[in-house]
Parts: sequence; C-alpha cells; structure tokens
Amino acid sequence: MGSRASSLLREEDIEEIKKETGFSHSQITRLYSRFHSLDKGENGALSREDFQRIPELAINPLGDRIINAFFPEGEDQVNFRGFMRTLAHFRPVEDNEKNKDPTSGEPLNSRANKLLFAFRLYDLDRDDKISRDELLQVLRMMVGVNISDEQLGSIADRTIQEADTNGDMSISFSEFTKVLEKVDVEQKMSIRFLH
Amino acid sequence: MNFENDCRFKRKLTKRGNCNTLSHQGLQDKQAEQNSVKDSYTTHNESVFQNPHHQQEENLTGLPIVTFKWHHVETPYLVIIWVFVAGLAKLSVVELNHHVISVVPESGLLIILGFILGGIVWGADRAQTFKLLPPTFFYYLLPQIILDASYFMPNKLFFSNLGAILIYAIFGTCWNAATVGLSLWGCYEAGVMGNLDIGLLQFLLFGSLIAAVDPVAVIAVFEEVHVNEVLFILVFGESLLNDGVTVVLYNVFDAFVALGGPRIDAAEIFKGIFSFVVVAFGGSFLGIGFAILLSLLTRCTKHIQIIEAGFVFVVGYLAYLTAEMLSLSAILSITFCGICCQKYVNANMDEKSVTTVRHAMKLLANGSETMIFLFLGVTAIDTEIWVWNTGFILLTLLFVFIYRIIGTFLFTWMLNKFRLVPIEVIDQVVMSYGGLRGAVAYGLAALLDEDKIPEKNLMISTTLIVVYFTVILQGITMKPLVQWLKVKRAAHSDLKLIEKLNNRAFDHILAAVEDICGRIGDNWWTRGWNRFEENYISWLLMKPKARKNRDYLFSIFHKLNLEDAINYVSEGERQGSLAFSRSDEAANVDFKKQFGSEFADVMPNIMVDMSNYELGIEHFSVTSIVKDTIPSVSLDIHGQDRKNAMDDINAHHLLQQHLYRSRKHQHRHKYSRSHFSINQNEDEVQEIFQRTMRSRLESFKSTKMGVNPAKKITKHHKKELTHKMPNGHPDGTGHLYGDEEVEGLCVFLPHLIEAGIENPVFLPDMDSPTHSPPWLMETEAVAPSQRAQRRLPWTPNRLRRLAPMRISTCSTDSFLMADVSLTLEEHEEHSQTDHVEM
Repeated sequence: MGSRASSLLREEDIEEIKKETGFSHSQITRLYSRFHSLDKGENGALSREDFQRIPELAINPLGDRIINAFFPEGEDQVNFRGFMRTLAHFRPVEDNEKNKDPTSGEPLNSRANKLLFAFRLYDLDRDDKISRDELLQVLRMMVGVNISDEQLGSIADRTIQEADTNGDMSISFSEFTKVLEKVDVEQKMSIRFLH
Repeated sequence: MNFENDCRFKRKLTKRGNCNTLSHQGLQDKQAEQNSVKDSYTTHNESVFQNPHHQQEENLTGLPIVTFKWHHVETPYLVIIWVFVAGLAKLSVVELNHHVISVVPESGLLIILGFILGGIVWGADRAQTFKLLPPTFFYYLLPQIILDASYFMPNKLFFSNLGAILIYAIFGTCWNAATVGLSLWGCYEAGVMGNLDIGLLQFLLFGSLIAAVDPVAVIAVFEEVHVNEVLFILVFGESLLNDGVTVVLYNVFDAFVALGGPRIDAAEIFKGIFSFVVVAFGGSFLGIGFAILLSLLTRCTKHIQIIEAGFVFVVGYLAYLTAEMLSLSAILSITFCGICCQKYVNANMDEKSVTTVRHAMKLLANGSETMIFLFLGVTAIDTEIWVWNTGFILLTLLFVFIYRIIGTFLFTWMLNKFRLVPIEVIDQVVMSYGGLRGAVAYGLAALLDEDKIPEKNLMISTTLIVVYFTVILQGITMKPLVQWLKVKRAAHSDLKLIEKLNNRAFDHILAAVEDICGRIGDNWWTRGWNRFEENYISWLLMKPKARKNRDYLFSIFHKLNLEDAINYVSEGERQGSLAFSRSDEAANVDFKKQFGSEFADVMPNIMVDMSNYELGIEHFSVTSIVKDTIPSVSLDIHGQDRKNAMDDINAHHLLQQHLYRSRKHQHRHKYSRSHFSINQNEDEVQEIFQRTMRSRLESFKSTKMGVNPAKKITKHHKKELTHKMPNGHPDGTGHLYGDEEVEGLCVFLPHLIEAGIENPVFLPDMDSPTHSPPWLMETEAVAPSQRAQRRLPWTPNRLRRLAPMRISTCSTDSFLMADVSLTLEEHEEHSQTDHVEM
C-alpha cells in the first residue's frame, strides 16, 4: 500500500512539505500512506468523519477538539499539506534547529507554536482568550464524573487566578505562555516520528 | 527495624572492635583488616583481655562500691562516640555550609573534617587506628544507602530512561574499566611509572574498581545542585547500577588474577563473561524475588502495624546478604528489591508505617553516608597506606577523567539516535564531570589481596586520591559549572493547577496525534504488560482494599470531609463564633450533600478505614502525599494559617484524581511497568467514549434536519461486503473484537440500535438511564463548532461499529481497523437506506 500511496505524491510536493514542516522524505511518505488509508473518500482530503473513524480518538477526552485543530477556520476538509502542517507541531525540537537563524521564521515545532496549539484547544471562539466557560468545558471533558459542578467551578476559578495577571478573569495567550514557562513543553508536546 | 538496628549495632561493635584506639593494637588491627568480621572481633576480644588495665582491676580485693568498667563497654562506647561525632560533624558541616561557604559540597566538607579528626587521632596515637574497613562498609554501611536510593527511586523516570541507564551502567563501566586499565598498562610498559610489580590483569582489576561512579557521592553532590530530573536520573541510575556492575567486574578480574595470566584461555574468558551475566542478572532476579516476598508479607501485616515497617529493612537486607551468600551481585539485588517492592509495599502498609519507613530509611542512609565520608577522610591520615608513584597516580587521574568524558559522549551519541529528547551536549558535559568516585572504589581497593597484588597500597592510595579529587574538587566546581553552562535545572516544584491540567492535556494530545499517525503497535507489549500487571500481579501482591482504593472517590471524600472540618473550625475560631458562612472558595462545597445521599450506607466503613485509603493514591508521590495529608486524628489548630495551602492541595488533589489518564503514559514510558498500571481504567474509557459519542450526537441533533443523506463514500466494496455483514445484524463485529468488549456496548447501544437514525425518540432515551452520570444529566456545554455541525452525523450503526473498538484497551492495528470500518460503513449505508424506505 505504501508504495502505491507514495507514488501519488509528487516529488515537488514532498520537497515543499519538507521545507515547510521539516519532516524527512521518508517520514512524509510514511505519513502519506497513513493519510491515504484514512482518506476513505479517496479525494485527497480528510473530512472530520475520516478522523472520527480512528477508534482510539473516541476514548480520548480531547479527541474531537484535536480533530478540530486539524481543520483550518471555516473548512471541513484538510489536505495532506494541512495535515502535515498540523502534525509538524509535534516534531521534537532538534539541536540544529535551535540555532537556526531567526530570519527564516519560526518553525512549526517551536515552543511557542506548540503552546499555541494547546491554547487553541481551549479557545473555541478564537478570541485569543480562554474564558472561564471555555476552561470549564475542557475541564468537564477531562475530569471524571465524580466532581461536582461547584468543585469544577472552583478549580476553574483557581486555574484562571493562577494565570491571570491583568485581572480580566480570562487567560490570554501571553499569560498562558507565562504561566507554563517552567513546563518542558518541547518535550511534553513531541512525539517520535519514525524515520 | 529492630533487626536492622541490631545489625547496625553489632556492626559497629565489630568495626570498632578491630580499630581500637590503643596504639599497641595497631598491628593487630592491621591483621584484622584482612580477616572476616567475625575473626577480627575475636582478635579484639583477646586484646581486651590482655589489656594491662584489665589485669589491674582483677587484682583488686574487697568490695568496690563503684568501679570504672571501661573495658566492659569499650567497643559499643567507641562506636557510639563515633556515631555521635559523625552526627556532630554533619551538624557542623551543614551549619557551616549555611552560613559561611555554600560552595563546598557536604560530602567534601565531611572528608575534610575527616582529615582533621584523623589528624587528631594520629597525633595522639602515631598511627591510624580507625579505618573504614571493607566488611564494615559492604555489610553495614552500604546496604541501607542503596536500599534508600532504590526504595525512593522515582520509578516512572527510572524506567522511562532505563535503556540509557543500562547502557551507561553496563557498557560505560566496562568501557571505563577496560580503557583505564589498558591505558595504564600501556604507559607502564612505556616506562612512565618506573618499576612496579603489576601485570596487565592487575591493571585491569584496578581499572574495574576505579570505574564505578559512586551513588553516595553522586547523590550528595547532585542533590545540592538541583539539575533537571532527566540528567539526575541518568547520573544517579547509572551510578546505582554500575556499582553492581563494577563489583561483578571486579570479582571476575579478581578471579582471573588468582588464576594467573598463563592459565587464562578463551574458555576461561568466556566463562568470565558468562559469570558476569549470571551474577548481574541473578542478583537482579533474586532482588525481584525478595520484592515479591516482601509485598506478599505486607499484605498480611495488618495486625502488627507497629513492626511492619521493619520488614522492609529486614527483607531488603536479607536480599543483600542472600545475594552475597550466593555470590550474586548483592548491590543489584537490593536495588531491584527496593525498586520493585515500593509500589505494593506502600499500598499495603498502613500510612503511618509508610512514614516510618521513609524516615527510618532516610535516617539510616544519611547516617551511613556521613560515616562513610567522615571515615574516608580519617583513613587518609595514615602513613602506612601511602605509597607515592607520581606517574601512576597522575595518569590514573587523567585517564579516569578523560575516558569518562569520551565514554559519556560515545554512548550518548549512540543513545541519541533512539531518544525522543536527545541528551544535550551540556548535559553530557555535566554527566561526564559528575563521574565522582567514592567509597565503593575504596572499599574494593581495600579488599585487594596483598599476596596476589603486591602493589595493593599503591592502588589504595591512588584510589583515595581519585576519590578526594573527584568528590572535593569536582564537587566544589560542579555547582559553578552547572550555573556557568546554564544547565537546565529542576523545575520548580510548586505545582500549579494549570500546569497539572496542561500536562494532562498534553498527554491526551500526544496520544491523539499518535493515533492519527497510526503509530500504534510499537508499544503493544507495554500495554500488554500493564494489563497483566493490573490483573494478576497487583491482584497477587496488593491488598484487596488497596486495590479497591484505586477508585479514588472515597479517599477524596475523606480528605474533603477532613479539610472541611478543619476549615470550619478554624474559620469559626477566627470569627469568634461557629455561626459563620462557609467559604465557598474551597473546592468542597457540595460534598456533604452528595456524601449524605449517595454514600450514606458506605460511610461508616469509610470513616473507620480511612487511614488505609490515604495510601495507594499515586505511588510515586508517597512522599508528597504524606506531606500533604492532614493528620487524620487532630483538628489542627494551625489550620487557619494553612487554609490557603490546603485549598490548593485540595484542588490539586481533586484534579489529579479525576483528570482522565492518558494512554500516552503507557505509550511513552516503555518501562514503567510498575507504575502506570492503574491508568487504563475500563470505566474511565467507557465514560469518555460515551461522552464523546454523546457530544457527536449532540452536534448531530442540532443539525439533523438540515443534513443531506450520507455522501456515498464506498461504492466499490458494496457487493463483497454485504454478504459478510448480514443486513441489520449487529453481530458482525463479534468475531473481531471478542465478547468482553462487545459487552461494553450494552450501556447505551440498545437505544441506538433499535432507534435508528431518523428516530428522535432515542435521544431522550439516552438521557434517562438508571445510572445516568451527571454529565448526561446536565446540559453539556461542549458546543460543537459550526463546521462540525455541518458534518454528517453519526448513524447508530456507526456508533455500534465504533463502540467495541473504543472499549478495547488492547492493541489495535488501526490499519486493520480502517479496513474493518470500510466494511461496516458499507453496512451502515444499507441500514440507513432501510430506514428511509421504512
């Protein structure tokens, strides 16, 4: 399957994706064959259903949020390029990339972008703020049923208090970055893609 | 505990027994050094009786009212005096460190203090009569340090880095031993060292004893420096395991030396390698065996809670001695005993016993550590052992240092090819620089047989120099180096809720991304192990109560209850009356109501047995839990001051207990077998699944009227699939997923399967199952995005199809799944058409 799938991928596409995402050639072809096998419509793009068909995502409390993260604003299809762009957030930060000259723009797997990805999961309305309601929704998704709403509410309040520096009772991205500055995001938001 | 104390006591008896202060016994003591502990003890006894004072006493006539019987108590008295001195030394060192110099690590200061004390003794006696003797060290001082280190080993971290640690410990040590030995031999052959009576084998033997990085020294230095946890576990784990490896290597070379050069052939070398493997792994397995024994034992010590803590020490020490008896690696044995038993023992034992173990273990280990460093210093002040050979000593220092660096970089380079997060160059520098040698090397050097190794004293003095050099000089420079290199320090430990929340969120995200990438299967055996561990090992080794406690609900209720009471009282006191409104800031607002209604019947039991529930919460965090737990008996009068802190703990705890665990943990920490067993909770999986499905249904519900029929996705498979999957019959999945998984469906599937997609009736049905969890009752706030709303909703048959897969926790090949879903989708299309027709 792999060879057939990768043959559908044009060399120049691979090159472009490589440049944009930093994945290696073999990683791209490998992921393309995965993409292809997910793409039941065989139209070169994934729909939400295609993602939802992955069984493990249904037992992932954030599964649907993460699926949403693959889709650009207002669209319901994601092509291979976009798919790779999202996955590129999770590439481990490599040594030689740290010292890269800053002019070439921030790579997708930078700390800030990794954090932004996480931030967007909370920020449903994309106003660049996590409101108490948005936080509550995510909390509700992530905790068991044994916590009452009041308890959860107080947890949400405390969480916001921890991060909120300007007193608007919501967490902006800069506050989010600040409060997580001690967390090893580079490591915690990376997976090892097979070479 | 008692036994252990007893041992310690006896040990000191014997130890001081053969290092008496009296100068005329110096010679005897030197002999005693060579003998076993028991022998030396007798030697000493004889010397006591030959003592002139003693004879004088016997000449007394008449009835003395009070006699001065120094010699009755001499040995224990000296022991205790030295312990006392060591305690004072520690105290003064710590004080000094606080106020005057924070640059010299404690261990270095202790050695220096040892120099001074040794100088005093030497000044009085003209000979060093107190020494660190190998039997004392190996039988009585070392075990508790190793046990302490392994028992409190952060298992998760250790096992997730086990590969690297093993590589460093085994290959790194062999590398060090071989290169140092060979290089020294080469230099010797080149004539740098003058005339020495050392052969190649002796050089290798020396290389092996000097190869070990000493855990005692490493912990002492690195704990003060606070480097990041991965670096710490690498250095620490390596030093712990390579001690075992060194001893084994040492024994192999020792045997070779005894055998003599000419008689060593390929077969002997092969036997040497084989014995290396047997000794190392045999020791490890023996330790695991004792860990099982200990865990089983603590299962049934409920009625002797006072002494159950002692079993940990006794069995640990037994593991050590048994391995020694069987000539297996004692250090590895006690290490693995400690690492493997911690989870079960902590879960089984009473909370108070856990605290006892913790404190006693720290006390013993810290005490031993102090004694060791002090005596490493004292030992130095002895003219007898010092043999100076500039070439040999300087070259050893150089090679030890250089090959440590080369070895670290070499093995790290290899490891980095496989590591998710490569070990950075800076960390590698610190690792190489952290190659502190310590008492193990000295102990092994002192164990050398002078008959076989004529240059024993040179080796001892060289070892001592290396130890002093590394512990004092490298120890002093370590902190500035770490600062200068800007090594990543350990993260601040004041946990924030948001960090906790996000860490868990990150795990979920990674798990999802891995699933999307289809990287399932490479860790299937880890998951298999976890299931096995959960189902069988925990069942065997853990009390039923401790296992039940994995449902954290009860312990949380208890905690909340307690804290509520404390808050209540202290708040009332503050306001001068008990009529006050409770602070709704605390995360415990509603619990009484719930507690009353839902758990009224279980409540008495809970209240009685609560102390047990406090325990097995998160096994690695025993320390923090013990710290955080409010003592269940007293309503603390300081509750007021601690209120905020408690609120935090409270909320943290709530969150920690209730955040869904991510499969990611199991994915990532390949070796965390003992640790993350409890993650994959079937209920939890089902809960999440139902919730996901519900939210997907919600998004459907809100849009179903405006949606077009399913877009045709798979046309070409239609024919071949229909016969595989009889129309409208849900059993098609049974053969694929097994019965137990299908059972998981029954919670809500009946509604769905019967109802069909166009039938709105099933939706209300969903909301009123008898055991409806809160989230089904409440309107869930998860607003599906607009795009999601436009999507085609899930049909019931799709749900059915998904369900068994979700509930399965065993490995699933998603490619296979994908293919299966084709099949099912086909089928679903059919049923949908059916509905339309109806």
